[in-house]
Amino acid sequence: MNNLDVAFSALADPTRRAILARLAQGEATVNELAEPFEMTQPAISQHLKVLEDAGLIVRRVDGTKRPRRLAKAGIEAMDQWLAMLRKALEHNYDRLDEVLAGMEKHQKGKKR
Amino acid sequence: MSKMTLKTEGDTHIIVSRRFAAPPEAVYRAHTEPELIQKWLLGPEGWTMPVCINEAKPGGKFRYEWTNAKGGGFYITGEFLELKPYSRIVHVERMHLPDTTPDNHVETRFDEDGTGTLMTMRMTLPDTQTRKTMLASGMEQGMEASYLRLEKMI
Repeated sequence: MNNLDVAFSALADPTRRAILARLAQGEATVNELAEPFEMTQPAISQHLKVLEDAGLIVRRVDGTKRPRRLAKAGIEAMDQWLAMLRKALEHNYDRLDEVLAGMEKHQKGKKR
Repeated sequence: MSKMTLKTEGDTHIIVSRRFAAPPEAVYRAHTEPELIQKWLLGPEGWTMPVCINEAKPGGKFRYEWTNAKGGGFYITGEFLELKPYSRIVHVERMHLPDTTPDNHVETRFDEDGTGTLMTMRMTLPDTQTRKTMLASGMEQGMEASYLRLEKMI
């Protein structure tokens, strides 16, 4: 698998996307990351490992703690999400263009 | 036709704007009449809106439900605060995924722009973390569509 495939499959899980959104706020420990989720620490650690293997986050050693932060690829992945939301909205508005064109035709038809 | 713009402003706002080649009345109606909304407010291909309830009056409620062929689904509920035909709508909404997201306060303006309309949607989220999470979770549908594209490419 190339890097893109790894990053995409790492992003397939909503919990992992939420973790990235949290890390976009700044560095966090496993405890801090586990807090908003109804999940055990090992489950969160498993998600972190997937994100780490995909190169989306990195860890730092701080005494007994291993705080995680977003890697450059993680920041790019977040940007990609934003681009995809944009695409879904654009898709909506392209369809709205067609609906509006249809309404106009209907109006003209009525006047005749 | 100009392209849509989506930008963040300050800590809690998201602003979307788009021009349409139809007068404000038509664009406003397409945002308030269920049979029109169901034709376009669908996200990526493959999603439909089987339930669209919309009481377009101040204090009126709305509920939109989306579903896809794979059995996925979610819904949005909201209330209208102000409606000024055909220029302005103010409402509050939240998503149910099924967990309920914090309220999103939305002002939508429809301004005459030559023979068309300039639509501006200004969303206000309670805090910056909510905005981030919303932008991230809202991507899910978009991701779905791009997975399909990816599958076709491979």
